[in-house]
Amino acid sequence: MLLDTIKKELAAVALSTEEEVSAEDLAATETPETVERAEGEAPAEAPEGKEEEKPRPPIMETDYRAKGFHLDVQVAPDKVVEAAKILYKENFFIEAVTGVDWLKEEEFEVVYDYNNMAELCRVVVRTRVPRSTPQLPTISEVYAGANWHERETHDFFGIEFMGHPDLSPLLLPEDADFHPLLKDYTP
Amino acid sequence: MSEFALSQTQETFVMNLGPQHPATHGVLRVKLTMDGEYVVRAEPVLGYIHRMHEKMGENRTWAKFLPNTGRMDYLHALAYNHGHVMAVERAAGIEVPERAEYLRVITTELNRISSHLLWFGAFVLDLGGFTPLLYAFDDREQILDLLEGVTGSRLTYCYYRFGGVYNDVEDDFLVGTKAFISRLRSRLPMYHGLVTKNIILIKRLKDIGPIPPDMVTRYGATGPVARGSGFNFDLRKNEPYSVYPEFDFDIPVYTECDSMARYMVRMDEMEQSMRIIEQAIDKLPEGPVKAKKVPKTLKPPAGDYYCAVEAARGSFGVRIVSDGTNTPYRLKLRSPTYSNLSLFEEASEGMLLADALALMGSLDLVIPEIDR
Amino acid sequence: MNPIPEVLRLVIYLTCLILFAALNAAYLVWVERKGAGHIQRRIGPKEVGPFGLLQPLADGIKLMTKQLFLPAGVDPVLFKVAPILLLVPAVMSFVTIPFSETLVARDINLGLLMIFAFASVNVLGVLIGGWASNNKYAVISAARAVSQNVAYEIPMLITVITMVMVTQTMNLNEIVMQQPNIFKWYVFRFTASPLMPVAFLIFFICSLAETNRAPFDLAEAESELIAGAYTEYPGMGFGVFFMGEYANIVIGCAVTTILFLGGWQCPFGLAPGWWWFLAKLYLLIWTVVWIRWTYPRVQFYALLNLSWKVLIPISLVNLLLTGAMIKVF
Repeated sequence: MLLDTIKKELAAVALSTEEEVSAEDLAATETPETVERAEGEAPAEAPEGKEEEKPRPPIMETDYRAKGFHLDVQVAPDKVVEAAKILYKENFFIEAVTGVDWLKEEEFEVVYDYNNMAELCRVVVRTRVPRSTPQLPTISEVYAGANWHERETHDFFGIEFMGHPDLSPLLLPEDADFHPLLKDYTP
Repeated sequence: MSEFALSQTQETFVMNLGPQHPATHGVLRVKLTMDGEYVVRAEPVLGYIHRMHEKMGENRTWAKFLPNTGRMDYLHALAYNHGHVMAVERAAGIEVPERAEYLRVITTELNRISSHLLWFGAFVLDLGGFTPLLYAFDDREQILDLLEGVTGSRLTYCYYRFGGVYNDVEDDFLVGTKAFISRLRSRLPMYHGLVTKNIILIKRLKDIGPIPPDMVTRYGATGPVARGSGFNFDLRKNEPYSVYPEFDFDIPVYTECDSMARYMVRMDEMEQSMRIIEQAIDKLPEGPVKAKKVPKTLKPPAGDYYCAVEAARGSFGVRIVSDGTNTPYRLKLRSPTYSNLSLFEEASEGMLLADALALMGSLDLVIPEIDR
Repeated sequence: MNPIPEVLRLVIYLTCLILFAALNAAYLVWVERKGAGHIQRRIGPKEVGPFGLLQPLADGIKLMTKQLFLPAGVDPVLFKVAPILLLVPAVMSFVTIPFSETLVARDINLGLLMIFAFASVNVLGVLIGGWASNNKYAVISAARAVSQNVAYEIPMLITVITMVMVTQTMNLNEIVMQQPNIFKWYVFRFTASPLMPVAFLIFFICSLAETNRAPFDLAEAESELIAGAYTEYPGMGFGVFFMGEYANIVIGCAVTTILFLGGWQCPFGLAPGWWWFLAKLYLLIWTVVWIRWTYPRVQFYALLNLSWKVLIPISLVNLLLTGAMIKVF
């Protein structure tokens, strides 16, 4: 099944708990859990197991009927391109790129929605970047369609996609210097 | 495509197509770099009718956002209604009574036909044929009348509610819908005879504006654009929602990848929509049209939810991030034409201006939906 | 002797011809709108006067009361000259048109030549208007108009040469006189060339293209070029262009009538006169309107291909065939 294949492949890029520690030491809530296994090519069995209470495994199958997508993958910001390449290889197409402003955690979540035309399989790839330096690589080289979605995300959140050909405002006026979807934005 | 190769040294000029231009059907601006009649680069400039629906969603309750959905794609407003209510129902775990689902299918398919009819007229208008527009409007008018009777509005519908629909339909509507279908059945052959088989139209569309399957995947184009490029992809079949699995209908797929294929997909889709409506009316069960016990103030559990429907232009997705309060934390609206239009720059390269406009027409743009 | 002095006669004729051209322009717009309405199952203009008959008057007053605004960056002289350049040749062409045996302003021997000489001038109006407008759409439109006219002038003139070979004259009245009844109309004169109906079609298609009418209205393709060369023209500047366009249509249809359909002659040889001419003329004009509201617009290269690859070879074949038939019989 497509879901299993893609899950296996994406496990290679999914966020491992160890990396999370090194990447974001300031995220207080996420740090204390046990290091399961290093990021690698091993089958994605380990993150499935129920750990504590709060932390969610970086790659997990979700209940489609409840959530509307099949696979939820968390990756490090610098791994989104690799994830996109893997998905592109399996003929996934990009539905949307968007951000969520988690003001309390001082983070932006960037969400990539993928879907497959041959077989229904919605994959959500998420990554988190600190709110102070919202930077992550662009996937517009893999998915040309992500170009506009990333531009839109930059418009609304100010998230910078490094290597993006043109991040000038797309939906906002060309001289816009504000990011309306920020939770602390006041017009 | 082009019979003369573009030379590198030739002078080019920049031409603004829009924001007020008859071919853009709204306030879209395309910055064209032209080499004579050839398009070297066509860069769409968006945002002239941007209203920040997503921010509006964040500062009003779930239910209060419903009218907004009808104002994005004003031609297939009910699909947008549907996407939003389905996403919220999924998040809040609301069950919808069967009759309501059937009514949703009937009305949204009627709306789809009206959207395709308008596209049909406007597209032929883009190609310089005036008359089909008026014929199509004539038919569309019947749908608007029918839907007005049910929903109370003619364009920006807001008919669906969380857990059902606003009100039950009357028999008039069902009878009228059936009459309309038999009317449209007799009119479609006329459209095909007048327009589809017209040699000029065929010459204008055949092999013009190819969108290869690879481009569809890279840009995430959906709807008739993807189906015209050989993808058998329709959420009504691929991700069966509502009561669509109950009906017997086909997904028209053409593999030619050209504007004619997209044209044919939409023309065939109208017939399939009519089939769905007929079956839905025949099977329409009795019962309530609204779920009981839908709380006045919805507070879906925290988490994120995704829901997509097949709108007339492709898959419209709603991503909800709830923090358990009565307003959405984040509401992402994935509009299909946004992705469909983004491939225009690549697809139109090296085309003649007239062909590029035919390609643009075949993408079926609705600007308020792109700009949101 | 002639009771009216020649000069006065000409003045009266010219006034009448200009009036005819202007009235035609005004009422052809009305016919066009009513016809479009009929074809599109709506009513069309109906508010001003009975059946909207005064609508052209209202339109004319509206256009005339508008300011003749010069947009920034236009060439002021050429911008104003262009509409006149389109209208004057069209009106001049009326001079040689025989409305009936006697009703003709100037029955000159080279009437046919004169009409085509003027017909090739009027493209200059579109070209100059488009160029002077300082608008990219207008420039594209001007370029289209020129290449379209060049392409379609050739098959048209080849057909005319064929006709001149058959009729042995360039005097329009004489051509008409050679077609006293329907069997002798040149469109059915198979003894001259078996391809005569084809020649008629070629001529008609070419006159559609020459006058920028749908489906060959590429020069003012609204959905591509907004209004083409006329985009920047305000008020009566646009109005004059419009009059010129319609006058050209009338000329095109009039020449077709004269060359192929027997001009003012009756199909059955009864009571020839200007009424037959006008009847045939307006029938053709109605066909032009009908075509416009039925067909989509062709694509630019398809248009040129049609001329260079289809019409010109066929008209050449027709020319040779006619020449051979004249030689043999």
